[in-house]
Amino acid sequence: MLKVILSRFLQLVPVLWVLLTLTFFLTKVVPGGPFSAERQATPEVIAKLNEYYGLDKPVWEQYLAYLSKVIRFDFGPSYTYQSDSVTEVIARAFPISLQIGTLAFLIALLIGITAGTIAAVNKNKVWDYFPMSLAMVGICLPTFVMGPILALVFCLQLKVAPVSGWYGLDYVPLHPAVMPALTLGLFYAANIARLTRGGLLDVLNQDFIRTARAKGLPDHQIIFKHAMRGGLLPVVSFLGPAFAGLISGSFVVEKIFNVPGLGQEFIKSVFNRDYPLILGTVIFFGTLIVIFNLVSDVAQALLDPKSRRSP
Amino acid sequence: MSRFLELNELKTYFPIFLGTVFRRAAGTVKAVDGIQLDLEKGEILGLVGESGCGKSTLARTVMQLIRNTGGAVYLEGRNLSELNPRQVRAERPNFQMIFQDPYASLNPRMTVHDALAEAIQTRGKLRKAVLTQKIAELLTTVGLPPNQMRRYPHEFSGGQRQRIAIARALAPEPKLIIADEPVSALDVSIQSQIINLLLRLCRERQLTMIFISHDISVVKYISDRIAVMYLGRLMEIGPAAAVVETPLHPYTRALVSAVPIPDPIRERARQRIILQGDPPSPLDPPSGCVFHPRCPYVKEACKRARPALEEKLPQRRAACIRIGEI
Repeated sequence: MLKVILSRFLQLVPVLWVLLTLTFFLTKVVPGGPFSAERQATPEVIAKLNEYYGLDKPVWEQYLAYLSKVIRFDFGPSYTYQSDSVTEVIARAFPISLQIGTLAFLIALLIGITAGTIAAVNKNKVWDYFPMSLAMVGICLPTFVMGPILALVFCLQLKVAPVSGWYGLDYVPLHPAVMPALTLGLFYAANIARLTRGGLLDVLNQDFIRTARAKGLPDHQIIFKHAMRGGLLPVVSFLGPAFAGLISGSFVVEKIFNVPGLGQEFIKSVFNRDYPLILGTVIFFGTLIVIFNLVSDVAQALLDPKSRRSP
Repeated sequence: MSRFLELNELKTYFPIFLGTVFRRAAGTVKAVDGIQLDLEKGEILGLVGESGCGKSTLARTVMQLIRNTGGAVYLEGRNLSELNPRQVRAERPNFQMIFQDPYASLNPRMTVHDALAEAIQTRGKLRKAVLTQKIAELLTTVGLPPNQMRRYPHEFSGGQRQRIAIARALAPEPKLIIADEPVSALDVSIQSQIINLLLRLCRERQLTMIFISHDISVVKYISDRIAVMYLGRLMEIGPAAAVVETPLHPYTRALVSAVPIPDPIRERARQRIILQGDPPSPLDPPSGCVFHPRCPYVKEACKRARPALEEKLPQRRAACIRIGEI
């Protein structure tokens, strides 16, 4: 098991290298440069800036220089925030996305698994159709529709949460992370609910569930002890990438609620052609996704006794 | 004193619906249709019949895994079919079931220890040491080394798994065991071991058992009495040896004639009664005697009235009007 985890960690290096190389050359292919939008600057100033950041050199030379810095975990300065390094920008924006993402993840798990279980237990009855049609709606509604609806209800009507912003919002009872988290969480909850229902139904139809019933076990024990262990496997494999996606921040949701998270910084960096910040966030996201995929694979293996070695 | 187990006109019907949005009833499958049966304590009853004749449905109905549509199941005088689900669960430790497929009937994510512990504790919580002691005893009883209790089902062979399934069924110390084709998923060499194990356990513990199989020779060996089922109804019931050697009902004769004899000379002389056609659909059973479309001795009267299961010889009952004549 430990061997598998270690080898997967080593796979991280080539994956990230491919990711970095592709992104690096893609950004160079895109026309324009980080300073082309600054109209006030004279051509001489732009040339000076390009020279300062090494953008006048051949692309492969820039690539090698960048690679040698990345190996030392130096992601360079941000072109947009000229006083900050890329690491500092991520360190500032990521905690915000992490808070929202973690909260969204918990909301998604709680609502998703509960709804999915209720639906599976009441298969083809009202309490299956009702939560499942809600889940379908949740999947179909994009976050930019769900977000404003929630903002309208909770922020403008009930006035329990701030409509937008992050800092200095202590006058409303709910933390500014709640609304964006709810918007994101409901979308993921819908997916989790469907996966939970499917997984549980698969297991509930198996013979050993009938055995458990014949044993005389109470229903809750059959569902939680016998059905959940196998039934949640598809959910577990979904959770890894989902968690990585959630904590890396959603541009749309952060834009709607005007939250200065990593998702917004990422999109802004693309518009500004802030090469080091684009590359930095891409590598950061890539690492998160690979790590949480690994985590969910390990969790899956732990849930399946066949992949464990017998004691 | 009432019988140990009594099935009184037991009926299990499944409604068939067509359409998804506008569901309409399209008929009922009478999987078990009026079964009358008594078992003494400690008796082993063999239940035979073709695939689809309702053997498994009958087993599950007695187990109350499927609730019966009509009639009653009396276990030691208590009517199980009148109890609510909670009360049935409270009774379950008294009657346990062994399933056909030992590969599917054990939870792959639970060790043998956990699966047995759960079954034992349906009678109430126990301390860890006592529990482990009991599990070890159970495993020894079914012929498995107790030091393997921490293993998972996939680490055992089919025969060993069926032993685990038997241990699991014995764990709550039941009085009645229903074995639904417990050996048909196993190799022939393993079958006899499992059958002998079941036989020994029943005799030692005064267990009552309903043993379901489509293999008449296996059933003859293990049972005190044999009941023959066809299309949800009992055709014949009587002492095991008598039913196999001198079958009364034409259907039983056909079944028995299909069993090969392990003696080449007699085997060559064996006359097979080959039934025409397939068993009719239980959705639309034939009128009168359900066996009449395939019966070689059919008369006009057979098509009109359904024959009752009557005592034709001492201790032997059959549902056929022509038994004296044929």
